[in-house]
Amino acid sequence: MSAPRSVVEASGITKRFGKLDVLRGIDLSVPSGRITGLVGPNAAGKTTLIKSLLGLVRPDAGRLEVLGQPVNGDERYRHAIGYMPQAARFPENLTGVELLDMVRDLRGTPPSEDSELLDTFGLAPELAKPVRTLSGGTRQKLSAVVAFLFQPDLLILDEPTAGLDPVASGAFKEKLLATRERGASILLASHTLAELEEVADDIIFLLEGRVRFHGPVARLMSLTGFARLEKAVAALMRQGIS
Amino acid sequence: MSNAVKVLRYQLRDIVRNRWMLAYGLVLLALTEGLFRLGGDGGRVILSLLNVVLILVPLVALTFGTLYLYNAREFIELLLTQPVGRGAMFAGLWGGLALPLCLILLGGIGLPFLLHVAASPIPTRSLVVLLGTGCLLTAAFTAIAFLIALRFEDRARGFGSALVVWLICAVVYDGMVLLVVTTFRDYPLETPLLTLILLNPLDLGRVLLLLDFDVAALMGYTGAVFKRFLGTSLGIGVGLAALSAWTIVPLWFGLRRFRRRDF
Repeated sequence: MSAPRSVVEASGITKRFGKLDVLRGIDLSVPSGRITGLVGPNAAGKTTLIKSLLGLVRPDAGRLEVLGQPVNGDERYRHAIGYMPQAARFPENLTGVELLDMVRDLRGTPPSEDSELLDTFGLAPELAKPVRTLSGGTRQKLSAVVAFLFQPDLLILDEPTAGLDPVASGAFKEKLLATRERGASILLASHTLAELEEVADDIIFLLEGRVRFHGPVARLMSLTGFARLEKAVAALMRQGIS
Repeated sequence: MSNAVKVLRYQLRDIVRNRWMLAYGLVLLALTEGLFRLGGDGGRVILSLLNVVLILVPLVALTFGTLYLYNAREFIELLLTQPVGRGAMFAGLWGGLALPLCLILLGGIGLPFLLHVAASPIPTRSLVVLLGTGCLLTAAFTAIAFLIALRFEDRARGFGSALVVWLICAVVYDGMVLLVVTTFRDYPLETPLLTLILLNPLDLGRVLLLLDFDVAALMGYTGAVFKRFLGTSLGIGVGLAALSAWTIVPLWFGLRRFRRRDF
């Protein structure tokens, strides 16, 4: 099966929680083979959008396709997705080995696994311990290993480096770039704009549940007149809010 | 192997190492062993354990079940991002809770009986009925716990509701039935009373146990009515079917909520 030209196709996605309009008509076409940064202020709708792509949140209206498959309750499209949540929480009494075995079991045995991160992070000695004894950073590393393990076509990462130390964070960014090189697509939500600047090809800027900008990083910079992503996004925020 | 069984298998591994589960097992062990040491023979121990099964088992199933689902929220999110359907996931989660709770009940009460089998005769049938009813109550109240946890987003409200449900089933309900009977004593009340019994899973458990043990004095008002109008065999059949329905119906409503739920 040839990879679709865009990994995410969304039109008119809305989602309301109670009285709060979180997504107010998202139209998106995310090209494949690129690292796309998802940015925006708190409560802009980033996590809700990510959860909609994963089928965790059901949009009230609109059409959503991920990797050419409609998101309609059929879970099979998630075989090709790796996900790393903002806060990694696992069953406290399972060991790292059991956790990885469980995910393997649920996915069926894939032909090959990418356990490079396991070695890079030096996680092997930690895998025999119950998850409850691991530090927050180590859990986050374990979560990264799970996301990358099955060589997914699309990686969805929500603040992935928030709990990582600088060395692990650097290794993680290298892994992101290598993953793009093998043709995978990455959607990366982050508040750390300096980090995004290093790796992202495109930026999606969300504000108040709408996409205010979607395009290459270079275009965003020329549009706002700033050479740094941080200032460019801040300018977008000011424009959007005023 | 289906995804439900896979989820169940790992949930089981996680939950049997949970210290609260361990405490539950130890309490059951200590109680049963204590009753033996206080000089009771097998029959007396079973009779003393009736109220433990009727009061403690639903309380543990409701409170532990509600908290379990709240605590598993992030883990549920992680599993739902894998290629696992929500139906399989829900079945695995519930089975992964109800099964270890039943196993702990069987072990906690059954083990001391095995140890004392040489010293005192064991009324096997009564023991099977006691443990079987305990397992049915565990299944029903964990299903109700799941429904409560899925109904209330807020953990404190969910936990509070679980306690209220237990209080109603264990304490308030029989009093309410008695009030209905005394208020409407001039009217034929057989059918409404039988219906009222079917509406409380804990009462059903009590009726099932006491029909078998034939101890009318302990039956409470609703139990006595059940025995009088349905007799022992039909009563047990109806009781079993109704208690099973108390597992299936909350699970069905719980699954409906789980399928539509945003995580």
